[in-house]
Amino acid sequence: MEKLLQVEKLETQFTKDKQKIKILHGVNFHIHQGEVLGLVGESGSGKSITSLSIMKLFKGTSGEINSGRILFNGDEDLINKSETEMRKIRGKQIAMIFQEPMTSLNPVMKIGEQLLEPIRLHLGLEEKKAKEHAVSILKKVGIPRAEEIMNEFPHQLSGGMRQRIMIAMAISCNPQLLIADEPSTALDVTIQAQILDLMKQLQQKEKMSVLLITHDLGVVAEMCERVVVMYAGRVVEEADVFDLFESPKHPYTKGLIASVPKLGQKKEKLDSIKGNVPNPSELPKGCKFAPRCNDVMPICYEQEPPELNLENARSCSCWLYKEERGGIRV
Amino acid sequence: MELSKAVNSSTTIKKEKKYSPLRELLKNWKKQKNALWASLFILLLITVAIIGPFIAPYDPYKPDYNAMLQGPGIDHIAGTDEYGRDIFSRLLFGARISLTVSFLSVFLGAIGGTILGLLSGYFGGWLDRLIMRSSDVMFAFPDILLAIAIVAILGPGLTNVVIAVSIFSIPSFARLVRSSTLEAKETVFVEAAKSMGASHFRIMFQHILPETLGSLIVFISMRIGTAILAASSLSFLGLGASPETPDWGAMLSLGRDYLGTSTHVVMMPGIAIFLTVLAFNIVGDGLRDVLDPKTKNE
Amino acid sequence: MLKSYRAKGFFRKGLLTVLQYIIKRIFEMIPILFIVSILIFFFTHLIPGDPARLVAGKDATFEEVATIREELGLDKPIWEQYVTYMGNLFQGDLGTSLKTGLPIMDMFVDRFMPSIYLTLFSMVWALVIGLLIGTLSAVFKNKWPDYLGMVSAVSGISLPGFWLGLILIQIFSVQLGWFPTGGADGWKSYVLPSLTLGAGIMSMLARFTRSSLLETLKADFIRTGRAKGLKESIVIPKHALRNSLIPVVTIAGLQFGFLLGGSVVVETVFSFPGMGRLLIDSISFRDYPVIQAELLLFSIEFIMVNLVVDILYSYLNPKIRYTA
Repeated sequence: MEKLLQVEKLETQFTKDKQKIKILHGVNFHIHQGEVLGLVGESGSGKSITSLSIMKLFKGTSGEINSGRILFNGDEDLINKSETEMRKIRGKQIAMIFQEPMTSLNPVMKIGEQLLEPIRLHLGLEEKKAKEHAVSILKKVGIPRAEEIMNEFPHQLSGGMRQRIMIAMAISCNPQLLIADEPSTALDVTIQAQILDLMKQLQQKEKMSVLLITHDLGVVAEMCERVVVMYAGRVVEEADVFDLFESPKHPYTKGLIASVPKLGQKKEKLDSIKGNVPNPSELPKGCKFAPRCNDVMPICYEQEPPELNLENARSCSCWLYKEERGGIRV
Repeated sequence: MELSKAVNSSTTIKKEKKYSPLRELLKNWKKQKNALWASLFILLLITVAIIGPFIAPYDPYKPDYNAMLQGPGIDHIAGTDEYGRDIFSRLLFGARISLTVSFLSVFLGAIGGTILGLLSGYFGGWLDRLIMRSSDVMFAFPDILLAIAIVAILGPGLTNVVIAVSIFSIPSFARLVRSSTLEAKETVFVEAAKSMGASHFRIMFQHILPETLGSLIVFISMRIGTAILAASSLSFLGLGASPETPDWGAMLSLGRDYLGTSTHVVMMPGIAIFLTVLAFNIVGDGLRDVLDPKTKNE
Repeated sequence: MLKSYRAKGFFRKGLLTVLQYIIKRIFEMIPILFIVSILIFFFTHLIPGDPARLVAGKDATFEEVATIREELGLDKPIWEQYVTYMGNLFQGDLGTSLKTGLPIMDMFVDRFMPSIYLTLFSMVWALVIGLLIGTLSAVFKNKWPDYLGMVSAVSGISLPGFWLGLILIQIFSVQLGWFPTGGADGWKSYVLPSLTLGAGIMSMLARFTRSSLLETLKADFIRTGRAKGLKESIVIPKHALRNSLIPVVTIAGLQFGFLLGGSVVVETVFSFPGMGRLLIDSISFRDYPVIQAELLLFSIEFIMVNLVVDILYSYLNPKIRYTA
């Protein structure tokens, strides 16, 4: 399979009170054509910043990409692209869905007006054609009475409907890559499942690649083919979804999986990872997960573990596996 | 976004070391560079208002028919007016008048408005309705028009200007304090004080009033600028200070006839009013950013 | 832009409920206007000095003054005078000026519209320039246009209107000769007074637009717009400004009433033949029937303006419109 997107050593920083705070510390991962990749981690691990970096959506924030490469479609490095060039990519080749369907749509613009914007901009359709296209997309995402909804305002719709609109807007120009940042988190459980089903369906039909950002491993298991686990602005583990759940390597991944309730499991209390995600401006020395790790060793406090390539095309950054390159230790 | 949460939490952690509201205030105040300069300017003005008469180079009332309408120069650094009176000395005396009039009227208005607002918000019911309907009636006149009407009835003069300006300040203070009172009334410690049997008076003035203080201070500082403008407008219209008084507005009013030939007669008092009001507005902005982050104006 | 769905909003909500709302608001106004009229009437009678003596002149005999007092109805009890006054008012009779002896209504006819135009033009200046400065400041936040814009705005709020007026006259009328120094003949004579009158609100709107726009620019839907690949030149006016406009317009409307107060000062500076200058002239002559009528008219105008703003606001905002 060909790689659609390849992120290499991506470093992104923000500035607060004249202080530069690095959020991403050399993030590496890739997405294949037509693949659903899960990007997992607690909030504060840098998932969303990674997605914003790919889109270079830093306007109005102090964020900037320090270094690294974001190769899209083979050899196009997005980092070197100008703002004008990026605008042609945003919404057309790479589209995005955000967490909050309530606030992600403009409250004073009709749905149709908002939906037509990318269609007219990127596909260059004339008014009537563009409208037909918009309605057909709305039908595709399962919106009843699509023509009427074109003339309605966001606050007249439910959260699930709004997220469908967001999805419609994102896929309206047939993007190669869809970045979905916690697309179902803000929704009711039943609606969540519907939205995820819809996304899966569309992904298969349109042969899109999807970067699904979530903290919910249940969603990952449902949707993804491969998973990248992030912690404190770094990728700590990357694996096929079956391998990851079967035999998680990194203690952080193990912790995450252990904290998911399972059917048939009788336990008084769910396991949870002790402590919190460290502050980006006050990261510990050595392995950033060391203070919360159950298998911590002296070296973890001294040096950051390198990224190791293990078998089955998986990788992991942890000192536990230092000695046994490619080996297995469960 | 995740990031802003993370970055913010880092700053709050640092601040948690030792919390003292006063130190916090001073620390934030130092960050407000403009407001710092403006407050220094106001301090200077207050000093001038107090010692002005002692440092004034000339008698502000004494005409000098040999030196009429002189431009700024070595003898008269701000020039002289149509009677040859030294404008600089008159400005120094005028600082006292402007500050006294504005401080007095705003404080009277604030006291009146605060008491009414507290009563209205705390007791509610018919008292609340009465006070709020009365302030609605007052709001039926634009600010300055109300002042003009009051002065028209009471007659011209600085005392009446003070009365007029304080009366038109009352309803806005009452509304402000009422809404903060309603908020504070719901808080736990007011409930606690009530259950311990504290008197209404005690609850209002010891528990609720301090809660409203932040927004009150911000509003007072903003209002002083408005009061200076209103008072000088009234003087300009001939409804305030009598023409021979070295009041900034009155000086401007007299000077307007000489605008074409001796611009400084109008410029000097105008600049004095402008800078003073500007300083109070900047301080008000700064105070709001520090004390009232809800309405922060980035 | 907004017009199409605003108009629709009226129909969706039902014309009837709209009318009901307006009627309800007007009924709420009546007691306030009633109290205001009583206050104005009684307080203007507190104005020191004997109006009859004023009319009769200094040399008039005691008998002459008494006759005039009787003619003016001033010998009757004050509440009776009030009832008569209100009765006449409803027939469109505002009384007669003590100074000129003319019916006050006739005096107002020539002066009312120029004053209204003056306030309207001021509002247009304030909205156009205020929105422009505020938008530029927000877009170039913490860069030189922002600093320049905000320094001018805080200065604009602090400028005494009469001083600004005098300076504008000196520069543009006396020295450059572009505009007349006063009067109300043709559009040229409106330029400087309306600019002077609008300066304060202009500055206020600039500050308010800036903070409102900065708030909107943080919103998620702005990021959505950018993620669609829209240019900033579309995101800002179409997505951000449109959302910020509602509070800005509300503030502008609420400030409108204060233009009426400011017009008194500005009209005096520019010798503008409007309602404001008439008020000041009447005060110095103690022409109390005119003062009374003026104050009453100003407060009615003020209350009406606020009512209109309230009604407009509830239909500008689609959320309020549908959920109310």
